[in-house]
Amino acid sequence: MAKNYYNPSDLRKFSKIKDWNEDLGDKFFTYYEKVFEEGALSAREKSLIALAVSHVVKCPYCIDAYTQDGLRRGITKEEMMEAVHAGAAIESGATLVHGVQMMNKYDKLSM
Amino acid sequence: MATKSLKARKNNWSNPAKQLEFLSNGIFAEGELPTFQEKLKNTEAFPLKPKKLEILQINLGYMCNQVCSHCHVDAGPDRKEIMTVQTIQYCLEAIKKSGAHTLDLTGGAPEMNPNFRWFVKEAAKIGVQDFIVRSNLTIIVANKKYHDLPEFFKKYNVHVVSSLPFYKREKTDKQRGKGVFDASIKALKMLNKVGYGKPDSGLVLDLVYNPAGAFLPSGQKAMEQDFKKALWEDFQIEFNQLFAITNLPISRFLEFLIASENYEDYMYALVDAYNPKAVQEVMCRNTLSVSWDGYLYDCDFNQMLALKVASNVQHIKEYNEATLQNRTIITSQHCYGCTAGAGSSCQGSLS
Repeated sequence: MAKNYYNPSDLRKFSKIKDWNEDLGDKFFTYYEKVFEEGALSAREKSLIALAVSHVVKCPYCIDAYTQDGLRRGITKEEMMEAVHAGAAIESGATLVHGVQMMNKYDKLSM
Repeated sequence: MATKSLKARKNNWSNPAKQLEFLSNGIFAEGELPTFQEKLKNTEAFPLKPKKLEILQINLGYMCNQVCSHCHVDAGPDRKEIMTVQTIQYCLEAIKKSGAHTLDLTGGAPEMNPNFRWFVKEAAKIGVQDFIVRSNLTIIVANKKYHDLPEFFKKYNVHVVSSLPFYKREKTDKQRGKGVFDASIKALKMLNKVGYGKPDSGLVLDLVYNPAGAFLPSGQKAMEQDFKKALWEDFQIEFNQLFAITNLPISRFLEFLIASENYEDYMYALVDAYNPKAVQEVMCRNTLSVSWDGYLYDCDFNQMLALKVASNVQHIKEYNEATLQNRTIITSQHCYGCTAGAGSSCQGSLS
């Protein structure tokens, strides 16, 4: 067992999750592939959404995968960084909007 | 970015034997990944045999005005290997006897061979109608003597296939050298001006996209749309098709993969993307490659790895198509580059 929690080469082994539950693993990968097909949104747009979400959920495997996917699709680094900021803005916004709750509570408790 | 070839730098990776040894060791020797030959056997594609010969791809020399960081030829201004008139004459004799319909001229920069134009004229005289020239574009604007190349190409209805790694300056210059993007745009405008890439002109201008890094190309069609949109909006440039070509792990690109510690991941990506359908269409099955000194190879990549055809006929002056067509194509792990995903060839994706 490795001494670190994340190992970059584990990404290649992702499909091995099926070894312990083939049915659910297959269902997941079928769903996953379907999600990223061309649809009402282009595969290119979905790749950028995936990149932003990868940062928000702080998944190093996903960041590696969707940076590579973006490069393969010819997505520019400017587009990638804007996507990351979109994710970061929502994440920081989600923190800050709780400030209203703090303010409400503060006001309620204060005389 | 290096300004000299691996050979001039006396770099270890300029040695074909070292490259082949490296490609057979490590993850392949340890059985972590199947060798290409094992993969062919597992998918009932071994041995790999030629189909009908369609293209003679002739490398007119390794000299080039650029030193691109991914170049599988290790071409550059310091490379002096140039096909002689004598060897071109052997090629012309072989073309007369050959069933191939297309003459594909490559390099280096094939236009830098002093007998390039003479070769095209002589080949046209003996009936060649389908010419391909693999032009790096910048050669057209590199020196006054090359400025009329677009007219020359037009005269012989040469199909021009030009490298343009990306439609943005930064990525192109990083891979191909400072100023290459602007020079390429200028050359493309000159080609457009004489009719190349224009609808209904009959003059075909295709572009070659290859990834600027350790990743595989995806979706040739989507990429073509992006290129067309950007080149038209930014520069009013038109072209016919975009060919997405995978970088093969040899020569300078192999050096990059190793130095940047991307080699294993890249080989995994190539092996994972192995497509048995692409194997049926790989270019070594309908093409013969001729080196500047007249030797015969299954493809330009095998030429750079010094893997001469497995045949009694190994030189253009002994050309015998029937004997050559009986050969078995030589493969190694670099061949995964042509069978990954939609496949890759000098004509772009295969499926």
